[in-house]
Amino acid sequence: MTNVLLIVFTISLLYLGIATRLLTYIKIFAFQGLLLFGVSFIELTHITTLNLIFILLETIIFKTIAVPLFMNYVIKKNKITRDADPYLPSFISLIIITIIIIITFILSNAINASQISKIYFVVAHSALFAGLYIIISRRKIITHVMGFLIVENGVFILSLAVGNKMPMLLNTGILLDFFLSFLVLGIFVNKIKDVFKEPDMHTLSQLRD
Amino acid sequence: MPLYYFIFSIALIGGLFFARSKMWHLILLILFNMLQWGFTIYECFHYNEVQLGYFTVDGVGLIMLIVLSILTTTSSYHSVGYLGHQHKFHTTPLRAQAIYYAALGLLIMAQTGAFLSSHIAGTWIFVELTTFAASVLIYHERTEYAIEAAWKYLFVCSIAITFAFIGILFLSISAQEAGTINLSYQSLIQHAATFNPFWLKPAFLFIIVGYSAKMGLFPMHTVCIDAHTVAPPPISAFISTTLMNVGFVAIFRAYTIIASTSILPWANNILLIAGTLSVFVAAVYLLRVNHFKRMSAYSSLENMGIVAIGLGSGGIGYFAIFLHLIFHSFTKASLFYQIQQVHRVYKSYMIRDSGSYFKYYTAGAMVILLVFICITAMPPSGMFISEFMIFRAMFERHYIGLLIFILILLTLAMWALAKNFFRLIYAPPVNFDSSHVEKIGLKESLSQFILLALVIYLGVNPPQQMVDLINEAIKNLPH
Repeated sequence: MTNVLLIVFTISLLYLGIATRLLTYIKIFAFQGLLLFGVSFIELTHITTLNLIFILLETIIFKTIAVPLFMNYVIKKNKITRDADPYLPSFISLIIITIIIIITFILSNAINASQISKIYFVVAHSALFAGLYIIISRRKIITHVMGFLIVENGVFILSLAVGNKMPMLLNTGILLDFFLSFLVLGIFVNKIKDVFKEPDMHTLSQLRD
Repeated sequence: MPLYYFIFSIALIGGLFFARSKMWHLILLILFNMLQWGFTIYECFHYNEVQLGYFTVDGVGLIMLIVLSILTTTSSYHSVGYLGHQHKFHTTPLRAQAIYYAALGLLIMAQTGAFLSSHIAGTWIFVELTTFAASVLIYHERTEYAIEAAWKYLFVCSIAITFAFIGILFLSISAQEAGTINLSYQSLIQHAATFNPFWLKPAFLFIIVGYSAKMGLFPMHTVCIDAHTVAPPPISAFISTTLMNVGFVAIFRAYTIIASTSILPWANNILLIAGTLSVFVAAVYLLRVNHFKRMSAYSSLENMGIVAIGLGSGGIGYFAIFLHLIFHSFTKASLFYQIQQVHRVYKSYMIRDSGSYFKYYTAGAMVILLVFICITAMPPSGMFISEFMIFRAMFERHYIGLLIFILILLTLAMWALAKNFFRLIYAPPVNFDSSHVEKIGLKESLSQFILLALVIYLGVNPPQQMVDLINEAIKNLPH
């Protein structure tokens, strides 16, 4: 069952590559949050109940509901245009993300570890590098935050793979989510809009030698 | 005791945040300094004790904590001066001042936690917290530059810190394979020899790339440079010194784990590459820099590169890097405090707007001159001794080619620094109206003189306690 969920997660990364509207991105996030909820619900059987509740709340309330709503609010408040503004056509994005997935797949065959199952490794790293790719290939600041959230999801999956025996680490991973992606980045997007009229990345390139 | 420290400092930070009068800010800031010093002195006497489960004061932590506490006092002093001055000319609202002081307190608390944490995840959480506090402080002046630098700092550091987390996850995978789930440094060092090198390599790589954003080392150094440029000078002094020490401590502790495994030579090579590239980038940019604070930032990059090279060379290099970090912290902090006063004379950070500083403020010019001697590692500066030891370590390892290359780069950097500093001190300024030069009292340069005197004194005549502490810090490394 977790395999199915994780594979669907990977497919959602491909869909992210060709999505052009910001609203689609937000919907993909909510969907990914739901998938992560499923994976952690099935997978994390050996940790204490309190920890489990904490993680489940984090995925379902935070990733599936709060972040998408907050993103929506930021986009509406700052009147950000609805297009994702990629530098490259979506066809090339699709190919690049596919290549990322294939490379992580090949890499994962090189490992022979008993502690971590390969599918987690593949999906986590695909999400990580796909997120980084989204960051460098999109023009808007809000899409950078979205790329960062994809990276976060990748790290969350990786920590799930190890997390069965290490609840402490898992909790710190969740702390990362709470602290940065949600509060600070969102607030700063608002601030940037106050100072600059255009919240695009090219407005943030004045500091140089 | 750490519990009380954190409770009281959070209470004081809250007080600073909600207080809306200068008087209260001053009182709370003094109380915070007293708390910081009280805690530091307490820790000096409770050496190597496990406190609160996740904190231990070892050699590394104690050295860095003392440096941090010294700079806390000086930075608080200069912050009051900076905000008072800003308030007079640009009317900083009291709310912005309250946020500034609260973030400063948070930054100091987070750094203290990062130094003392004995658990790899604990260090990581506190490093995360420093990012948050530092980006609020970088944003303080609320200009377009400030928001750009703060955004970049926050974003890139977040990504970097995520990388470091991945590194920790890999480390925990190899720890699990070896049959331990305790991720305290002590346990990791004990079991490191049984870890699978296959996981350790990516773990170390991710950790060094991740924390390089904090340490200001190649490849993630760029955000640090931008942050220096716009942050208020007392904060630049922090970002450039103790915050870099935080990044160093995080990398150093990971390195200590690696040190008893078979991949040590590989890790040394990684450090040598990162260090050499840092020095190279710093030297190239120093030659064309036109902004005083950027120049200081690149000089920090160069020094962190030297530290990474020292760590990668091993032997006596291990001892030398701690000396180098201590001296660099004091020197660079005094440089940033002085740059703030230079700005008050010329109303600009640009090198081309400056000149004849000796005429306008003699004591400040003396500080600049001393900083130049110290930062370029000329005797009697303590940094001469530490750099000399690092070069000796390279020589002993037969990295002759690399040593020559580094020395050439350092000469270039020295020339660039000399050109700009001497222009500031001696050259007549262009288009400068000298009728309204602000008079600055000697007392505002006093802390710089004390710090620089420390650099020289500790270099020439290192106290036995300091030597013992450094030896304690490097006891787990191969000799």
